[in-house]
Amino acid sequence: MASPSLLDRGQRAGLRLITKAGALPFLQNEDVRRRVEWLLQRGAASGFKAQAAAGRAFAKRPGGGAPARTAPRPARRLFDLTPTEDQAMLQAAARELADEVIRPAGKQADSERSVPVEVRAAAIEMGLGLIGVPAELDGIAEEHPAVATCLVLEELARGDLSVAVALMASGSVATALARYGMADQQATYLPHLTSSEPMDAALAVQEPQPLFDPYALHTVAERRNGELVVTGVKSLVPGAFSAALFVIGAMVDDEPRLLIVPASTPGITIEDDPAMGLRAARTGRMVLAEVRVPDDQLLGDTDDYRDVVRRARLAWAACAVGAGQAVLDQVIPYVKERHAFGEPIGHRQAVAFTVADIAIELDALRLTVWKAAARLDSGQDASQVIAEARRLTATHGAKIGSDGVQLLGGHGFVKEWDNERWFRDLRAAGVLEGALIV
Amino acid sequence: MIDLEVPKKLQPLLAQARGMAEEVFRPISRKYDRAEHSYPIELDLVSAVIDGLSESGTGQGAGARTGTKVEGEVAAVGSGRSAKDKAGKAGDAKATRNGTNLASVLSILETSRGDVGLTLSIPRQGLGNAAIAAVATEEQKARYGNRWAAMAITEPEVGSDSGAIRTTAVKDGDEYVLNGEKIFVTAGERAELVVVWATLDRSLGKQAIKSFVVERSNPGLKLVRLEHKLGIRASDTAAFVLDNCRVPAEDLLGDPEIRTSAGFGGAMQTFDNTRPLVAAMALGLTRACLDTTRELLAAEGVEIDWDAPAHTQPYAAARLIAMEAEYEAAYLLTLRAAWMADNGQPNSMQASMAKAKAGRTCVNVALECVELCGATGYGESELLEKWARDSKILDIFEGTQQIQLLVVARRLLGLSSRELR
Repeated sequence: MASPSLLDRGQRAGLRLITKAGALPFLQNEDVRRRVEWLLQRGAASGFKAQAAAGRAFAKRPGGGAPARTAPRPARRLFDLTPTEDQAMLQAAARELADEVIRPAGKQADSERSVPVEVRAAAIEMGLGLIGVPAELDGIAEEHPAVATCLVLEELARGDLSVAVALMASGSVATALARYGMADQQATYLPHLTSSEPMDAALAVQEPQPLFDPYALHTVAERRNGELVVTGVKSLVPGAFSAALFVIGAMVDDEPRLLIVPASTPGITIEDDPAMGLRAARTGRMVLAEVRVPDDQLLGDTDDYRDVVRRARLAWAACAVGAGQAVLDQVIPYVKERHAFGEPIGHRQAVAFTVADIAIELDALRLTVWKAAARLDSGQDASQVIAEARRLTATHGAKIGSDGVQLLGGHGFVKEWDNERWFRDLRAAGVLEGALIV
Repeated sequence: MIDLEVPKKLQPLLAQARGMAEEVFRPISRKYDRAEHSYPIELDLVSAVIDGLSESGTGQGAGARTGTKVEGEVAAVGSGRSAKDKAGKAGDAKATRNGTNLASVLSILETSRGDVGLTLSIPRQGLGNAAIAAVATEEQKARYGNRWAAMAITEPEVGSDSGAIRTTAVKDGDEYVLNGEKIFVTAGERAELVVVWATLDRSLGKQAIKSFVVERSNPGLKLVRLEHKLGIRASDTAAFVLDNCRVPAEDLLGDPEIRTSAGFGGAMQTFDNTRPLVAAMALGLTRACLDTTRELLAAEGVEIDWDAPAHTQPYAAARLIAMEAEYEAAYLLTLRAAWMADNGQPNSMQASMAKAKAGRTCVNVALECVELCGATGYGESELLEKWARDSKILDIFEGTQQIQLLVVARRLLGLSSRELR
């Protein structure tokens, strides 16, 4: 192994998590335990060898026949807020990762604009990025993954939103390849993402212009001699510098489509594109100047593009739920401990009602996210509920971030506390398109 | 398994409730808004339909009522009893139950989409029935079973602070003698019974408050007046004086002892059941506003595109998206509170969250729909102006917005009513 100490640290973190999770009651279930053990073995198996990100070449591999897909979950039509055992297992694993590894790393990851290697290693070890890839493609999904992904994103973002984005960005590309890819595309690219040392990848939809509309992209791919020639700018791409593979949104024949573009393709330059938040994800700007890709690199059709935009909005909403929960978890003890005028500030209605409103809007957003995700997994139309979740995220997600600072007053504004970071990260969730999907 | 859709088995029931709202309530909505204090005779027909549904055992809460055959207990507007005995242990997915509470919430939503005032006037579906369902003994439930009960809590000097009520009850032989004044009694004139809150001993505070079932015909229960109101005019709102009103001792609901350790418990538990139902009324009204406004705006060429960013759509369409989102938020909080009650989970905080969110959402949406529709929204040719007037009560009764936030905040912060006042 190239860097044993590093990988060891990652494995130790992963093992620690699994050991903890092993004590949880639902792991007494034989089936669930077997799958967890299988997950562990995956990490231990000597897998596909990674290459350096920028120079990575993708040898074309035939997939043979039909692409593999996750299966829809049959609707039971009973109102229920209880996750399945599998979902609860993933949720608990993500929660452990968030509590033990992500939350403590949040502040430093924000200031250094990078995710500590051991945090990334632990996430890879747990296979959370493969949550949308079916088992036959070496992922961990058996059924459609929207609910499970939302639960995981929520937990990770409760640890830290921008670290969650950094950790799940590559997995979102894996999910997209699994959902829309032809067998050849899956065979060519997915092994690079499912290996024990996976590459980084990014889903680039967002563009810099104000009033951005993902259905009227400025990035255009022109057809020339069986090739697509792409020109445009993608902004705030998570992990743009380390990504070896991009899936981008571009207008093809006047319709928005997804296009697979290896980072090594000539004509691509990556510029730094730092923002108010999402610092740990080290956002970059991807400039495409006459970038030529074969037209078999189109991923899915226009309906699939629409599906990606929806699933991305839902993923961001799930992240807002997690970060909002972090705010709530912190302000509850704070307003009881902080004194003013001779009593805890939480004894004042103006303060207590603000906390109550955070909880109300947060719970409502979480339920809306779950409803949309469950609709996706059972194959129903989720467009309206997703639009609603996005609206609630933009309005109340940002408000929760703001109230989280307000309740601490000046202390909320300084970097000694996490509140100012939550404020910055929560603003992203209802604004950005693409990057993550469920 | 996480799923937030309306359960299939409730669809027939809800279709009935929707039919009633569209065919009966909506056409007479304006008539009884204008004819305040006159009894909507059409409702006698409706209650026969609801009773029929219950008898057939198909219903789990048509209009609000639960089939007594199904559950074996009285259940009306406040049908919700926690189902601890019926549901399995929490967290056991297989035991998840969609029962009376969810059925009631969803069916009240439908009838309130027709008219909130008329929903409150459906015979035998009073809030008093909720109190009976929540705290009565089995013997009492059987005795009051099929009778219409109103709820009398508020007094001229006591509103939200219901622990401070002044109406007294004094034991005299095998009777209690009630004295005091009660206002804002919904359906007080029309109901057959009035559930009256009174204190056995004012010096002992909330624990001494008990509820008494008083026959409407009791000569000591005197109707003073009916209120003229901003909205829900189809529903009568009565004021009573209790003047040496003698009530048989067995009509004290639940436990007659003053238990200082037990807290406000008994009587207040009613609210855990009724708040999601009032939230459901607010949802029904919000739905009516949005459906009508979307129809009116569509005729002007404004329709929602759920996929396009709101900022690329007409302002009115973007506002509709925002209002639909707030509706969804309130709707899901309400269904959650009902689902928790159905599954035996304590839901006091979640019930108040639902009521708070639904109450403010219905007022905001109703007022904004009037704004978007302009003169058509403000004039009497449509019902939007009426719904805006109706909406305000839904953020007030069964606990104002501010009371709900107090309940939520105290639970969240673990503070007592003395610490967070």
